[in-house]
Amino acid sequence: MSTYLLSLAIWVPIVAGVLVLLTGSDRNAPLARMLALVGAITGFLVTIPLWTTFDVAQSGMQFEVLAPWIPRFDINYHLGVDGISMLFVILNAFITVIVVAAGWEVIGKKVAQYNAAFLIMSGLMNGIFTALDGVLFYVFFEASLIPMYLIIGVWGGPNRVYAALKFFLYTLFGSLLFLLALLYLYVQSDSFSILAWHQQPLELSPQIWIFLAFLIAFAVKVPMWPVHTWLPDAHVEAPTGGSIVLAAIALKLGAYGFLRFSLPIAPDASHELSTLIVALSLIAVVYIGFVALVQSDMKKLVAYSSIAHMGFVTLGFFMFSAIGVEGALVQMISHGFVSGAMFFCIGVMYDRVHSREIADYGGVVNTMPKFAALFMLFSMANAGLPATSGFVGEFMVILGAVKYNFWVAVAAATSLILGAAYTLWMYKRVIFGAIANDHVAKLADVNKREFAILGVLALCTLWLGLYPQVFTEVMHVSVNELLNHVHISKIQ
Amino acid sequence: MDMQTLYLLVPLAPLLGAIIAGLFCRVIPRWLAHGVTIAGVGVAFIASVFIFCDVQAGNTFNGPVYTWLTSGDYSFEVGFLIDTLTTTMMLVVTFVSLMVHIYTIGYMQDDPGYNRFFSYISLFTFSMLMLVMANNFMQLFFGWEAVGLVSYLLIGFWYTRPTAIFANMKAFLVNRVGDFGFILGIGLILAHFGSLDYDTVFKKAPLLADVTINIWGAQQWSLMTVACICLFIGAMGKSAQVPLHVWLPDSMEGPTPISALIHAATMVTAGIFMVARMSPLFELSTTALSFVIVIGAITALFMGFLGIVQNDIKRVVAYSTLSQLGYMTVALGASAYSVAIFHLMTHAFFKALLFLAAGSVIIGMHHDQDIRNMGGLRKYMPITWITSLIGSLALIGTPFFAGFYSKDSIIEAAKFSTIPGAGFAYWAVLAGVFVTAFYSFRMYFLVFHGEERFGKAGHDHHGDHDDEEVAHDHHHGLAPGQKPHETPWVVTLPLVLLAIPSVIIGYIGIGPMIGGDFFAGAIHVDAVAHPALAKFVEEFHGAAAMGLHAFSTPPLYLALAGVVLSWFFYMKRPDIPAAIQRRFSMIYTLLDNKYYADKINEFVFAGGARLLGKGLWRGGDVGVIDGLIVNGSAKLVGWIAAVARLFQTGYVYHYAFTMIIGVFVLMTLWMNRA
Repeated sequence: MSTYLLSLAIWVPIVAGVLVLLTGSDRNAPLARMLALVGAITGFLVTIPLWTTFDVAQSGMQFEVLAPWIPRFDINYHLGVDGISMLFVILNAFITVIVVAAGWEVIGKKVAQYNAAFLIMSGLMNGIFTALDGVLFYVFFEASLIPMYLIIGVWGGPNRVYAALKFFLYTLFGSLLFLLALLYLYVQSDSFSILAWHQQPLELSPQIWIFLAFLIAFAVKVPMWPVHTWLPDAHVEAPTGGSIVLAAIALKLGAYGFLRFSLPIAPDASHELSTLIVALSLIAVVYIGFVALVQSDMKKLVAYSSIAHMGFVTLGFFMFSAIGVEGALVQMISHGFVSGAMFFCIGVMYDRVHSREIADYGGVVNTMPKFAALFMLFSMANAGLPATSGFVGEFMVILGAVKYNFWVAVAAATSLILGAAYTLWMYKRVIFGAIANDHVAKLADVNKREFAILGVLALCTLWLGLYPQVFTEVMHVSVNELLNHVHISKIQ
Repeated sequence: MDMQTLYLLVPLAPLLGAIIAGLFCRVIPRWLAHGVTIAGVGVAFIASVFIFCDVQAGNTFNGPVYTWLTSGDYSFEVGFLIDTLTTTMMLVVTFVSLMVHIYTIGYMQDDPGYNRFFSYISLFTFSMLMLVMANNFMQLFFGWEAVGLVSYLLIGFWYTRPTAIFANMKAFLVNRVGDFGFILGIGLILAHFGSLDYDTVFKKAPLLADVTINIWGAQQWSLMTVACICLFIGAMGKSAQVPLHVWLPDSMEGPTPISALIHAATMVTAGIFMVARMSPLFELSTTALSFVIVIGAITALFMGFLGIVQNDIKRVVAYSTLSQLGYMTVALGASAYSVAIFHLMTHAFFKALLFLAAGSVIIGMHHDQDIRNMGGLRKYMPITWITSLIGSLALIGTPFFAGFYSKDSIIEAAKFSTIPGAGFAYWAVLAGVFVTAFYSFRMYFLVFHGEERFGKAGHDHHGDHDDEEVAHDHHHGLAPGQKPHETPWVVTLPLVLLAIPSVIIGYIGIGPMIGGDFFAGAIHVDAVAHPALAKFVEEFHGAAAMGLHAFSTPPLYLALAGVVLSWFFYMKRPDIPAAIQRRFSMIYTLLDNKYYADKINEFVFAGGARLLGKGLWRGGDVGVIDGLIVNGSAKLVGWIAAVARLFQTGYVYHYAFTMIIGVFVLMTLWMNRA
């Protein structure tokens, strides 16, 4: 059974997506929705055994599958997860359920296609997190762009075509160099196995080139400063579900790439260029923090705050300490819950008022008290308050940073102030105060569906904040293995 | 029930109350909301008394509850450290909290957010208890931020008021500036000690006393100095020390019960508690202690001055709190940690009393907070009057009252301290005695004695900023001819119960807590390097002797002078303060504007951050990255394509002509080669 789990995680959502697509036009929308929800929940359920039967003491890959795909070039259907990737498969499947529920009565046109796009994308992204073959990874990596491109381009806002194209070109540009690096590695090692590449000796100069090619591909995805400007546009134009997946999962793909490719394949280059990455990460934290402060569009503000939070992730990776890497991983999971919830909250308001401008709101708490309470929790999590998930990763990375370099920690710790400033200032202007206008006066509080979604995300946020040990204990062995590997030079 | 279950019960009982009152605040009746929260805090208080007695019998405890997180070689746990310092704080927190819970029944009876309010104050009690019971820095930070969150929620409790929602955000952000330093301090501890467990860190501290770290250039700094100053920056935020004091006066926008509980008795003293808890670290750095004592002295004196010019009853008490927090900080700097905790305790009782009495006056005055509209209230509100008088006498340090013992001990400790900055601190706390007596009794006389100024239609507001803020919201005041009235028993009972310790706790406490070894094992003082406390104890011959001795020392006469002068100015000759205000209008303007600290923050920090954000966004993201690079390269590609397109016109004769020209050029080159 356990060998099929990963294939199920990939193919259940994809098959469900195809079935949803077969329901056809919007006449069958209720059926399409129901089928999509069943598919998403099934997809989520099949990932749970990955965690419950995961052996935390075992190093290396678990639940491996290996079948030949294109034997001529030694390309295989090779899947597996370790303590680093396993949680993201589950997170992805979980967020898919949230997204299907989030679009339930909001999406009225092309319902089947909308839900199918998300389901197929979910399967493809599980493919990215589990692929152990370079070509397989690349195929999933590129294929996952297409549904997201369609989601923004078809169900997006007024400027959706510009945003979709910017998103597509930006990421495509990155992945072309990535492909070149993969081909170079194939030529060197005669294999497309990522695990074989981890062992492949390389001189420093090719390592540097490979690292830079990887860097461009992953930095665009994360996104790191200065290749981040597609993200605010994509978020602003994307429908709520698109924003949730983009923030919760798509951004993690780039970060995951650093751990699966950059660090183990080019460890010497990683050390050599770590200062660059740390500097870019700190710019993301500080520069983007200030930029987020002055945004007048709520979605843009949260999009910028995502970039700042992802700055902590790349910072944590390149300090090469257990607390840094695990802190970064926790930050990634937490960001999945919190930014997903933040975008959903903005979506709840947008569905009612059809505006994302902060200035169009004020005093929402008077008409939507339940919503205001939940939004407060997520805002506080976004600002990194202890007992919420947002705190754990930042805390670990800052503590790790003090050991790495005191001034790096000082710069990173400014997020305590900046994160609180931009989040709470937005919250104050949107939620608190007297009722600002007629739109706000007519708001209805969250319905049962919205309450359930926010409630589940709130529980996740608190769970990770109060007891992160259950999340980190699965990471320990894999992270230690990775760090040991990174400390061994590949130069011969 | 074994003791460990009891330890857990103390924070969890209020948490349970908070959850019930909070989650179901819209469905449960009011009696259930206050019933369940008061029961929770009551249980916590009774359990705290048991634990206090148990610790007195010698049973301290230090152990984990659960492992929060492990990573690499580090392990972070949630756990309790139960010693005399903890139990003292637990008693103070649960007792004052219980009083405030009862008082709230009366104070908030007309408020639609009644259930929500009870949920918040119980959640606060839980957070504060987690903070004081922590056995490690991680949990300390947890509680630290959680009390900040509840403070944020409560300052903005009346969320439709613009001033309240500005004040709560300001409070949170200023506290975050402190936390910025605090987390770096914690990071330094973890990096050099490998653990965040108090016991491990404190045991290892002497071994690392001489470690230096490279902070800037080639300069070597003592690890302890840097770490302690970073930690103390956290305390400056939470305990509102200059220059991070600006949030506390504004926090008065919250309902009065929480001003008493959070912004006077407990949360703001978390910084003081933290430094006392860290005494084994601070003892290793005289530089850090000097920093502490100077900041404390500045806060003690200069915040006192501001109390003189305030006309809002709550703001007078708020500035008095700032000044008293400065006193506690001076005690910490003088290495008299036990004195600081002692003053923290007495202050918690008499300042909670003063705040709750101020709230009682506000109820009696129908939410008019301007002391210029009061006067002669003693006739109408006798219990509030007597208890306020007791609180004020305790605050100014009248011999045998609680505040006298703790405050005089601080002055003595500052006198005996030998560290750099102690001379200034001694002068500041001594002068502060006069200032405290003056503003306290100015308020007391204006509220309870003299001419009855209330009930006049159309009070003239002198147009100062604070009054306008108050006037906006809930400023009803008494109608003409209406008289103030004494408040119901749920309000006056807590006043009476707090008045009792405000009188006696100093007399009872000073012997064991300062003279004796009550805090042995919990607080560490290096008596050789920092002998101030030891010298004080040497001269201490019992509470009674200390009270009598006061008649031959300057503080008593300074306090007396302050009381007499305020009586003369505000009862006898009200024209004199007005004349002084005119004569020294520059000083008055400076004080009235609180040394311009708010304006500086508003323009330099808040304005600067917005300007920088706009600049980076418009210039960096929109201008350079998108404008020049992204759209620029798109344009470049477009331009190249446009040029390339010129060569692909699709007309055969263009291609033919180009070919002929090409052939001609190639042939020419080929022939010339030969």
